[in-house]
Amino acid sequence: MSDNKGPGGTPEPQEERRTHDRVVGTPSPAAEKQLLAVDEDPAPAGAGAQLDEDAAKRAERIVALFFLLAFAGSVAFIAYYIGWSGRDGGMHGIFRARESNFWLGGTMALSFLALAIGMTIWVRRLMTSAPIVQERHELQSDAETRAAFNQEFLEGAEDSGITKRPLLRRTLLLAAAPLGLAPLILLRDLGPLPEKRLRHTFWGEAVKKAQAEGKKGVRLVVDGTNKPLKVSDFASPGGMITVLPEGVEESHHALNEIAKSVTILINVPADQFKPAKGRENWHVNGIVAYSKICTHVGCPAALYEQTTHHILCPCHQSTFDATDAAKVVFGPAARPLPQLPLAVEDGYIVATADFPEPIGPSFWERG
Amino acid sequence: MSEATAPKAAAPKAVDAPLTFLDERLGSTTFFKRNVKKVFPDHWSFMLGEIALYSFIILLLTGTFLTLWFQPSMHETVYEGSYEPLRGVKMSQAYASTLHITFDVRGGLLMRQIHHWAAILFMASICAHMLRVFFTGAYRKPREINWLIGIVLFTLGMLEGLFGYSLPDDLLSGTGLRITQGVLESLPLVGTYGYMFLFGGEFPEGMNGELIPRLFTLHILLLPGIFLALITAHMMIMWHQKHTAMPVKNQTEEQVYGYPFYPVFMAKTGAYFLFTFGVLALLGAFAQINPIWQFGPYDPGAISSGSQPDWYMGVLEGSLRIMPNWEITAWGHTLSLNVLIPALGPLGIIFTGAALWPFLERWVTGDNRSHHVNDRPRNAPVRTGVGMAAVTFYGLLWLAGANDVIAERFHVSLFATTWFFRVTVIIGPILAYIITKRVCLGLQRSDANVIGHGVESGIIVASPDGRFSERHEPAREEERITILSKENARPEAPATDANGIPAPGTKGPLGVLRSRLQRAWTFDDIAVEEHEHGNGHEGHELEAGKSDKELRH
Repeated sequence: MSDNKGPGGTPEPQEERRTHDRVVGTPSPAAEKQLLAVDEDPAPAGAGAQLDEDAAKRAERIVALFFLLAFAGSVAFIAYYIGWSGRDGGMHGIFRARESNFWLGGTMALSFLALAIGMTIWVRRLMTSAPIVQERHELQSDAETRAAFNQEFLEGAEDSGITKRPLLRRTLLLAAAPLGLAPLILLRDLGPLPEKRLRHTFWGEAVKKAQAEGKKGVRLVVDGTNKPLKVSDFASPGGMITVLPEGVEESHHALNEIAKSVTILINVPADQFKPAKGRENWHVNGIVAYSKICTHVGCPAALYEQTTHHILCPCHQSTFDATDAAKVVFGPAARPLPQLPLAVEDGYIVATADFPEPIGPSFWERG
Repeated sequence: MSEATAPKAAAPKAVDAPLTFLDERLGSTTFFKRNVKKVFPDHWSFMLGEIALYSFIILLLTGTFLTLWFQPSMHETVYEGSYEPLRGVKMSQAYASTLHITFDVRGGLLMRQIHHWAAILFMASICAHMLRVFFTGAYRKPREINWLIGIVLFTLGMLEGLFGYSLPDDLLSGTGLRITQGVLESLPLVGTYGYMFLFGGEFPEGMNGELIPRLFTLHILLLPGIFLALITAHMMIMWHQKHTAMPVKNQTEEQVYGYPFYPVFMAKTGAYFLFTFGVLALLGAFAQINPIWQFGPYDPGAISSGSQPDWYMGVLEGSLRIMPNWEITAWGHTLSLNVLIPALGPLGIIFTGAALWPFLERWVTGDNRSHHVNDRPRNAPVRTGVGMAAVTFYGLLWLAGANDVIAERFHVSLFATTWFFRVTVIIGPILAYIITKRVCLGLQRSDANVIGHGVESGIIVASPDGRFSERHEPAREEERITILSKENARPEAPATDANGIPAPGTKGPLGVLRSRLQRAWTFDDIAVEEHEHGNGHEGHELEAGKSDKELRH
């Protein structure tokens, strides 16, 4: 902006005086080349009272134009809201929401930005304030004041008696200490104690109930449909689905139970399957079940790569080998996904026990 | 102060009457008189903090709007609103009311999107502002308190953001909470208790859906209250101490130069608020953010790939991703270093380091003076180098938070990106430090050149003996002042005096460490000073920039 058009003849020492100390007769390119960027002309003209009246008039009209634009924006905003957005009984669904968003947001932005631009031009072109200088003062109080205050402080302490009456002081401290602790005690009922909550899932409960009824175990139901799963429904190798214990939807705190008991069922090709020691009969023809909750920080390990048989957690890329007891292949998880023992009953896949270890992220008491 | 403004005419009655009313009761005119023309030095980078302030105000405004409809409840409901694809789906009331705000409240989607964008801008501008303050040394005495307030604000801002985007209870935010749970559990001794106490029981619903109401209260009451108090303190301290200035003409340790608060700065900053609001409104209108209706309600068994948190959590996400899987199990206890280290380590290093830095620097340099004129980054190569190392460290961890996206976009294996970040996060900061320091010293050298020999003029002069040379001209006054704002390293005090007695402050292991660090801080400093053959300039125009400083010690 060519703000410095005015003669700038004010004798104030702070007046900008650029380009004056060039060597005469050297119209060098370097003169125009700023070596540093900090030298930009600080905002307004600083022209004192000497605005070029014609230029000022032009600037005033430009500013007014922007202010009018801002006015128009606000009017359009109100007009749209009252007059148009409520048509056919108001907003319905995504298209009208988007439309209303564009119009309301657009007019609002127009109004704010036009006002902002107008004000900026006003400051830069029309305000006649000149830059000024102010002193910075020492922040620290002077020695006298400090000494006087120290004196008064000690006097006060003396007068109160706290310095010469140790019994008073000590009992006061004693009284204050538990006072700070008391509000923390109040927070005890924020939640239950962890107890054994993190050690078992709904599978255990459901298996126990099923076995009490003389069954082998609890059926696996498919997440989403809640249909029990037959071996024949899941016969093709390479498949992966999410399952839950039957009855979990009706349990107390169903979402909490699902969050712990959610399990992935994978059909691993028999020739590549390496059952872990002691778990030789935990699978059904290569169908294995692992906890879906990643042992890193608990995201659902939901991605299964058929060709490599890797289970991948999309949050932090912990990778587990489905053919090898879900051992960690890569990533930040430290432990394999816990495995659920499976069996067949009446053609349905059932779980015969809870996970043998706590599912999900590690914790201090886990051991 | 410089102008004797004699009141020529009385103010109009509409202004005078309320002012008199206030003055009679508060004596406020003395305050107004003292502050009405308060000088604010100008520099573009001083506006970064203003963006944060205005984003915060916009967050308060839009956030209040959202609370009018939002229901902080985890109780289950069946959606019957106007968004067809989710009709009849079971979800929490929090999610349903967020859909209601989005699709059935006019301007609701706009306010939601402006709120989210403002949160992102708030954190981004604090970050940029803090980098400006760090690299220009504006945190130095007497401004350490404001620096600490800034660090607390940024840290709390991360929490506030996490709580905020968890409120809608959609699939993405639920995943964030699940990670929060996992991180909490990893804390030794208190982890499971912290988890149970935050969630009111087990993830996600606790005993009675405690979590979202709790996050809501923290998000809209407690944390904003703390923000308001800290921001007010920050502004008042800034006002009282006067803003720092860049090392340019007319700015010295004793005086500040610039335009008066009223009317210039007031109008400019008002316009700036409107610019911020306008840009956020543009983003809210045309740039979709956090489309929770696409994610669906939270389901503990579901997840979408490419889940990304807001940018300011990216550094935590990245640290979690690239950490090797170390876990210690002994004596019946488990210590998950694979979670604990990334969750607390990087941010602990950065924030604790940043908080201690001003005091550390003061101790090392022994510089106990107040500073009101900022340093140019090149003139404090160690500080600038350390700052760039921190930026590199943070930046790499932040990028690592998107390693899956990077792997997909650039067709490299995920494992390769992870290993790349594991290596560079250690080497990168060291390289950044070395390179930055060399660049700073190079710039110092070029400054010394400009002052010592002048600026290349582009004019070739033939000498009588036929040689050609380029004429150097003295730099412009403004440039000279800025360049000469550098305070050259003082010669080191000898470690022992003539009698072999160690100087005070160099004794003991701490004293030795301090001397070593002090040496590291200054040993390769390049003196920028005028030669006596000079450029035909008298020394007098330097009174502002340099001589004062040198007189002081």
